Formats: sequence, structure tokens, C-alpha cells
Amino acid sequence: MTGDDVASLAREFLASHDPGDRQAFLRARFDAGLAWVHFPEGLGGLGAPRELQQVVERELAGTPQLDTGVQGIGLGMAAPTILAFGTEEQKKRFLRPLWTGEEIWCQLFSEPGAGSDLATLATRAVRDGDEWVVDGQKVWTSGAHHARWAILVARTDVDVPKHRGLTYFVCDMHAPGVEVRPLRQITGEAEFNEVFLTGVRLGDDLRLGEVGDGWRVAQMTLMNERVAIGGAPVRRGGGMVGLVTETWRSRPELRTHDLHQRLLRLWVESEVTRLAGQRLREQLSAGQPGPEGSGMKLSFASLNQALSGLDVELRGEEGLEYDDWSFRRSDSVDFFGRGAGYRYLRAKGNSIEGGTSEILRNIVAERVLGLPSEPRVDKDVPWKDLPR
Amino acid sequence: MTLLYTEVEEELRASVRDLLADRCAPDAVLKRAESAAPYDLELWKTLAHQIGVAGLLVPEEYGGAGATAREAAVVLEELGRAVAPVPFLTSAVLATKALLVAGEEDLLQELAAGDVTAALVVPLAASPYRPLPETVAVGADGTLSGEVRAVAGAEIADVLLVPVGSALYRVAAEHARVEVVPSLDLTRPIATVGFDGAPGKVIGHFERERVLSFGAGLLASEQLGVGQWCLDTTLAYIKERHQFARPVGSFQAIKHRMADLWLDVVRARAAARNAADLLAAGSEDAGLAAAVAASWCSEVALHVAEEGVQLHGGIGMTWEHPVHLYLKRAKASEIALGTPGAHREAVAALADLPGPV
Ligand SMILES: Cc1cc2nc3c(=O)[nH]c(=O)nc-3n(C[C@H](O)[C@H](O)[C@H](O)COP(=O)(O)OP(=O)(O)OC[C@H]3O[C@@H](n4cnc5c(N)ncnc54)[C@H](O)[C@@H]3O)c2cc1C
Repeated sequence: MTGDDVASLAREFLASHDPGDRQAFLRARFDAGLAWVHFPEGLGGLGAPRELQQVVERELAGTPQLDTGVQGIGLGMAAPTILAFGTEEQKKRFLRPLWTGEEIWCQLFSEPGAGSDLATLATRAVRDGDEWVVDGQKVWTSGAHHARWAILVARTDVDVPKHRGLTYFVCDMHAPGVEVRPLRQITGEAEFNEVFLTGVRLGDDLRLGEVGDGWRVAQMTLMNERVAIGGAPVRRGGGMVGLVTETWRSRPELRTHDLHQRLLRLWVESEVTRLAGQRLREQLSAGQPGPEGSGMKLSFASLNQALSGLDVELRGEEGLEYDDWSFRRSDSVDFFGRGAGYRYLRAKGNSIEGGTSEILRNIVAERVLGLPSEPRVDKDVPWKDLPR
Repeated sequence: MTLLYTEVEEELRASVRDLLADRCAPDAVLKRAESAAPYDLELWKTLAHQIGVAGLLVPEEYGGAGATAREAAVVLEELGRAVAPVPFLTSAVLATKALLVAGEEDLLQELAAGDVTAALVVPLAASPYRPLPETVAVGADGTLSGEVRAVAGAEIADVLLVPVGSALYRVAAEHARVEVVPSLDLTRPIATVGFDGAPGKVIGHFERERVLSFGAGLLASEQLGVGQWCLDTTLAYIKERHQFARPVGSFQAIKHRMADLWLDVVRARAAARNAADLLAAGSEDAGLAAAVAASWCSEVALHVAEEGVQLHGGIGMTWEHPVHLYLKRAKASEIALGTPGAHREAVAALADLPGPV
């Protein structure tokens, strides 16, 4: 399949479908294999090389688009995991409404006692006939208040070391026993939640991968998460640096020599990071995301923080104001619609969510550079005997 | 365009790397650096004749390879990785580019064949963005007099290309005084070049910014090679070296530094590839890409070299271990063809980020 084939498919599709009806248009686009061309036929794709997606995007520009903010977790993490580990029925059931945005997904991984050390998690899933009964608490669950489904990792065996006793599920967020409570964050709003799971019954057909293989499945999710967070294409001078340079250009009275030097450094760093992302995408279009993606996420986090901090400082008096502290539910991260203070505070999360920058440095050091891990005390001990 | 390497580029890299592995091992480079002939002309002739690197940038009609900045950049990566003491940057990139821009043809043919070597007589520290110091003048009789400090590759050049104002003069090496001075960079030593009524011939215009920015954009690839060697070598060392009954590379304080260095080098590669690609295409964005790559790769190469010395501990301070050759090259290259700060000032102009009013 070539770029021309894909372009003509997209044009034919556009000629025979009315973009006026958003939902119907997106469903039909999925059925035509133009959702994610590298997915298999019948699952929204054409089995084509990943890089041909941009051909589709070009042809279908101006038609109804996905809300990638609200559905970030679904598209970036749940979908590739379901594709890799799901049964045929699971793929058929979940991928279409996920892609069209009719069913939003969230990620039930972190717990109060298990963040960086995810494999320590304590939420239990106990088998009961054809069902699993889930009990536990998850935390920092972004978008749980919108979600129809969740990707969930739970402990199914406490007698083996922590990495081996995990199983991966799709959790029905409408099931009895799922309670979502907003958790206010430093920006004032609540993007994320606490999720209490009490006697939640999930059919065994909602299990993704083998019993006890949840850690391996979760690795797939996390690898994709880091690419999703760090890997979106931007134009030169765009993204966060673009917001600062806009102010810089339009408000000459705010400029100082010191800020100028720092801005130039950050502009250059943004540009080389953008180019590295572009290069990584060129590499990925051939294969799969590797641990190199973790590197992009690291750069993105530190740049966003430095640039948003510079932005507040640059604005002086205006930097002392804040646009809105009200405690409300938000749909997604709004770097572009909100004020500089919000951006500064929200960017703090960039080095925590999706793996902290410390953990990502460990990953780069061990998986990319092949450096030895630190001596570990938790690897061969049954989970139930670990200190907590 | 692509930021990856093409198959042809990988083949070129492999042949340069093989030759250097054979002829330019670190201990040999170190020994040569202290000898009376710090530049390795034998190696240079082999690179030129066997692989054709001297004429890479020269069009085929003049007997060159008709390749582009992309291929030259790959050669520079390898030469940087070996801190090879050969005049590729000075003759096959800077002097050749000056001749191409000036529209000279005869000398280009000779350079492409690899039998003649040239040097552009400007201080290696010259910035693309500032007028050159006017230290050479043309007398009433048309001869050149004056002196230029810190010229790289001059002592082994057969032909000197001397910018005077906007004109480029050609002077035979035997009419110049070339005094090698003890140099910070042992593998690319510099010399003071003096003229006392030297006969010279105008061969065309000298376009300073175009030539030097091209050079700086490609130097970034050499710096990438320097940084990559330091990263690889340090990584290998900290995996081997044990203290406290563990490899020192298992301590998180060190692992995190290595992860950051790796990330800097990853981005240096993207920046250097982008500059090479846009310079090859003659894109209007090439100047900005070169300034970005030059400022980033300079600092990264130097930082990795400095960390490399530190993470080798005492051995890193010895003359015997080659890491100092890389530190010296990295520090000298930081100053060469515009400092990182000079390139960032250029970014300010090229990317519309003006300073305070
Ligand atoms: C905005 C936001 C959204 C989020 N959304 C979700 C979501 O949707 N779903 C979900 O499951 N989770 C979500 N998270 C949770 C996130 O994944 C965790 O917060 C993160 O993994 C860190 O875990 P922790 O908070 O328990 O910190 P801890 O793991 O307790 O870490 C505390 C500090 O110790 C450091 N540290 C820990 N271990 C090491 C080590 N081995 N070496 C060096 N330093 C170490 C950390 O880097 C950190 O600085 C979100 C978090 C944020 C901030």
C-alpha cells in the first residue's frame, strides 16, 4: 500500500460521506480503515505503514476530528494494548467506539501505596467462577469522571513476587461498586480522581492477557504512554515555546537581557527536541516504540516547566495574577486557553505523570544504556511479605 | 528530507570508520600529537585517494564526488569520533566551500584529486556573524602583508586562501610564514600565518557568512562524533570499574547523569542531521539550522567530554588516557566558527526574537 493508494481511498471516502454528521462520519471513517492506517483491516486500519497516517490526515483535514484531549489515554495507551493483547472479540468490541470517542477510557494504575513502584499495587482481583471480584483504591485517575471503561491492573496472586502476581483487566466504570471522587490539584481544578473499587464484578472476558501476565501487558501501555506524552509533532517555534515568544514579540517593554539569553537557550533546546521527536517518529514509523520514547518525555517535561516559568516571570505584574482557582471538573489539559500561571502549575505534573523524570532516567540508563540496576530487595520476596 | 542516514551514507561511514580503526587508534593519535608532524598526511592521502573524501563537496564536472553536506557531515562524525588529525574540515569543507562560492574551478579540481591541500586563512575563532579582523592588507604592488592568528590546517596546506575585504586571494604556501604555536587542541593545532609582500591572485568574492556558517553547521557533526565517543567510552568504563563492590555505573547519581548526557547527544544528532540536510538542499532555513546545531552541539560535545573526564576519575586526568584529546578538541571547537553564544545571537535575528529595546 502506497501513499497514493491511501490518498485515493481517503478522497473516495470523503466523496461518499457527509462530514455534517460527526458521529456517523467518524464511524464510517473507522469502518473504511482510515482511523489508524497501521491497524489491521477490520479494526480501523489498512495494515499500512504508520507514516501513511499523515496522508489521511491531510486529505481529511477540515472534517470532524477526534477530541484527543479527552480521549488521550484511550488512543495513546488503551488502544495499542488492546491491539497487542486483546482477543478478537475484545478488539471488535472496544476499538471502534474508543476511536470515535463514543466511549472514553481512563487508566486505573496508580494507588496511594504504589506510584513509581507500580508493581507493588494492592488492589485485589479474586476469581469467582466466570467473574473477578475487584477491591481496592486507585488514585490520580485522570478523566475517570468521563470514562466508560478503564484499563486496570490488579493483584491476583499475593504469594509470588510482586511483578508476577498481576493481571490486566478492562474495568467497566459503570459497574456497581465503582465510585469516582474528584481530587483537586494545584491548579485549582480537578482533572484527576480517586477511584474506589468495592466488590466490583468483572467478567473474565474483560481480562486482557493471561492471568499473572499483567506486568508485561502494562509495560506495553507505559511505553506507549511515554511516546504519547512526548511524541506529538509540533511546528518549528510552536507549542509551549510559541506561547512565550508571542508575548516576547508583542511586549517589547517586558524584555531584559537576562530573559533574552534564557529565552534563546530554551528556543534552541525546544528546536533540537522537536527535531529529535521528528527523527524518533521517522524511526518509529518502521517499527514499534522503544525505550527511546522515554527520552522525549523527559525533555518535554523539563522544557515545559522552564518555558512556562519564564513566561510568568516575563509578564511581571500580570504574572502575579491567576485566571481561575475555582474547583471544577476539567475535560483536558488546556495549555493554550488558560493563563500563564495555570500553565506553570500544570506543567509541574509533566515530570510526575506517566512516570516521573527520575524513573525515566532510570529506564534510559538501564534499558537504553545498559547500566546495571541498583541492588534490589524486593525482587524475589512474595508480595505479601514486602515492607509497606 | 530525512533526519535518518541513508544506505549510501552508512556505507561511507563504514569505510571511513574501518580505515580510522586501522590507522588512527587513540594511542597513535596521542603519539603523533607530540611529534613534529601532528597532522597525519599519510592518513589524509589514503582517505582522499581510497574513499574520495577530499572531493566530496566538489561537483563531478571538476573531478569531485558531487556529494553534499549530508555526506560530508557523516565523514565529520567519524573524524570527530577518532579526533583524527586530518585537514578535512579545513581543506575539504572550509577552503572548498570558499572556492565553490567564489566560483573558482582549477584549484577545486586539484583539491578533489587529493594531491593538493588548502586552508582558508581566517582565525579558527572567526564568527560567521562578525567582520573578520582586518590584519592583512594589499599593497600598491598587489602583494599581501600582515598576519593572521590561530589558523587551523595552515602548516600542511599547499595553497592559502586569504580573504582581504570581500576578495579572496590565493597565495602559494611557500610565500607565507607559517608558525605553529602550541595549541590547546592537540589534534587540530593552529598556526600564525604571516605575509611579507607575498604575491597573491584574486580568485573571486569571499562571502564570509555563507562560508563560515556552512562550516559551523558541519562542524556540529564533528562535535556530535566527539560527544558520541566520550559517551560510549565513559559508558563502557563505568560498567567495568568497580568501587564499593559494585560497578560505579550502578550508582543512581551516575546513571542519571548518563541518561541526561545520552538525551543531549540524541538531540545533537537530530540537530546536526537537520543542519546537514538543509545545507545540502541550500534551503533558506539553512542558516538558522546551522546556528541551532552549532550552538547545541558545541555545548553538548564539551559537556560530555567534561563529564567523561570526571567519571573516569584519576585515570581521566592522565596524559595516557585519550579522553583529554577529546576534551581539548571539544573546548577548542566551542570557540571555532562562532561560540554557542554567537550562534544564539544569530538565532535571535533569524527566528525573530529581538533583544531588549
Ligand atoms: C497530573 C497527573 C495525572 C495522572 N494521571 C494518572 C492516571 O490517569 N492514571 C494513573 O494510574 N496514574 C496517574 N497519575 C499518577 C502518576 O503516574 C504517579 O503520580 C507517578 O507514577 C508517581 O508516583 P507517586 O505519585 O506515587 O510518587 P512516588 O513514586 O512516591 O515518588 C515520590 C518521589 O520519589 C521519586 N522516586 C520514586 N522512586 C524512585 C527511584 N527508584 N529512584 C529515584 N527516585 C525515585 C519520584 O521520582 C518522586 O520524585 C497522574 C499523576 C499526575 C501528576
